[in-house]
Amino acid sequence: MEEKQSLISPPVPLAQLGEDQNLKPRMETRGLSVYYGKKMGVGSVTMPIYTNQVTALIGPSGCGKTTFLRALNRMHDLTPIARVEGEAILDGQNIYTPGVDPVEIRRKIGMVFQKPNPFPTLSIYDNVVAGLKLLGVGKKSVLDEAAERSLRQSALWDEVKDRLRAPGMSLSGGQQQRLCIARALAVQPEVLLMDEPTSALDPISTQAIEDLMTTLKKHVTIVIVTHNMQQAARVSDFTGYFLTGELVEFGPTNTLFTAPKDPRTEAYITGRFG
Amino acid sequence: MATVRTQSRPSTSPLYRAFGDRLFAGLVLLLCLLIIGIVLLIGWQLGWNGARAFEVFGIVGFLSSTAWNPVTDVYGAWPFILGTLITSLLALALAFFPALAVAIFATEYAPRWLGNVLSYALELLASLPSVIYGLWGLSVLVPALRGVQQSLFLWASDHAQWLLPVLGNPIGIGLSAAVMVLAVMVIPYTASLAKDSIALVPAVQREAAYGLGATKWEVIRMAVVPYARGGILAGVILGLTRALGETMAVVLVIGNNKNLPFTLFGPATTIPSAIVNEFGEAQGLQLSSLLALGFILFLISGVLNLLAAWIVKRMSVDGRL
Repeated sequence: MEEKQSLISPPVPLAQLGEDQNLKPRMETRGLSVYYGKKMGVGSVTMPIYTNQVTALIGPSGCGKTTFLRALNRMHDLTPIARVEGEAILDGQNIYTPGVDPVEIRRKIGMVFQKPNPFPTLSIYDNVVAGLKLLGVGKKSVLDEAAERSLRQSALWDEVKDRLRAPGMSLSGGQQQRLCIARALAVQPEVLLMDEPTSALDPISTQAIEDLMTTLKKHVTIVIVTHNMQQAARVSDFTGYFLTGELVEFGPTNTLFTAPKDPRTEAYITGRFG
Repeated sequence: MATVRTQSRPSTSPLYRAFGDRLFAGLVLLLCLLIIGIVLLIGWQLGWNGARAFEVFGIVGFLSSTAWNPVTDVYGAWPFILGTLITSLLALALAFFPALAVAIFATEYAPRWLGNVLSYALELLASLPSVIYGLWGLSVLVPALRGVQQSLFLWASDHAQWLLPVLGNPIGIGLSAAVMVLAVMVIPYTASLAKDSIALVPAVQREAAYGLGATKWEVIRMAVVPYARGGILAGVILGLTRALGETMAVVLVIGNNKNLPFTLFGPATTIPSAIVNEFGEAQGLQLSSLLALGFILFLISGVLNLLAAWIVKRMSVDGRL
């Protein structure tokens, strides 16, 4: 799975994939539903998220893919009217079990947002180590090391190593987004959730972030929501297709794009709908 | 119609071509010029009428002299400048953290209805006439303060003699009473602006911090307050200008003593309280000196406001408050 996948590579059966790669799910949802008040945002989604793979969530606007993503690190706790039912299991534990601290969960499951959102008053360096400082890490050598590691992982190091003290906002949009990725990586999360991370970026920055994902997945499990089917096809190993809050189809990206089982998936990926 | 013609570029911008638009633009311009004109006129009037004091004592002499004696007709501004700056800055320092706490509580912690009640209460406090604060200070705060001051004074006379000259006479009325009344008056201004500014922090900033595993307090410290710092500072500045010019509330509780050195408990004075106390009977050089004091206050407020505007601009994120 090292080289990039494309639409024309032959489909690989899931069973075979699992055997070859020793695929283990890092996370798993069981009947996960999200309600806004009485309205259902996502209905009973059951899907695995495999370790060190990129899982893409695609579907038309308002289909619930972002809502589902945000349920994976308990971001809905911040919305008073949102309610989550079902289970989301990380390392064998349901993160919605009463008594589980959402703060702990979010430290294990990092997030990158649609719009780059570095802390505007902090320098590049301070943005990257912000999460570590929250954890109480104060030793400069540890912080320096983590900053360099995360900036290298997010392919930003060479561009910023001479101006780590410059404000985070002085970077371009694409660099800011990679800074946000570095910030999320600095605390060494197990899973990285990306909510349309390239939708606010130009094509070159998009390319940089897509390239990044294929190398990043060696370190971290990635879930990406994208509007862009080509992007899902380019970067992901598994794809879930959402429609009106329901997971219509889930499978290896090759299979889903070349031989979709569900006619609704086929309609979407062939561009007849959405 | 002369004002209409002063509107620039009527030929380049189609927006101004219609007669109604040109008339409106001219009217707005006229009103703007009027405001600027009033400010300049006040400054000029104060400066012109206070000029004699500067002439007689010299600019530096008037500013630095500590004498103020209508009998010998000798006047100096230093005690009043000092009193104004000390009371205002101490009040601001005292008000800052309570105001920020109120703003954070109202926006981040309080349920919506309580937040609304708090906002309303703040507006009410801000619009209360200052003489009411003064009366409250005189009838409630000063007696209470007197007790505290006296016990502190007794303790100091037993254990820390060197503190006594700093503390001064524990009579309740004085510098500390004025500072406290001013602080209470400043809080609604500062809190109100800080609250609005905190409410404008984008959700993505909060989520960025939450996504890193921040607790609510850490989100506030890391994402919310730094982002809102421009607006918070603007509130502080607004409070400062209010404190600098505050007259009635201060006059009632400060004790109006122009003899230096000022002490923490003892009576002091400010520029506005000097003017309100002496203006009625003043004439000649004394009147001129009082107007010169007014001119100095005008300049202090103006300079601090400009400085503040510059700081707020430097500190604001994305050029907004």
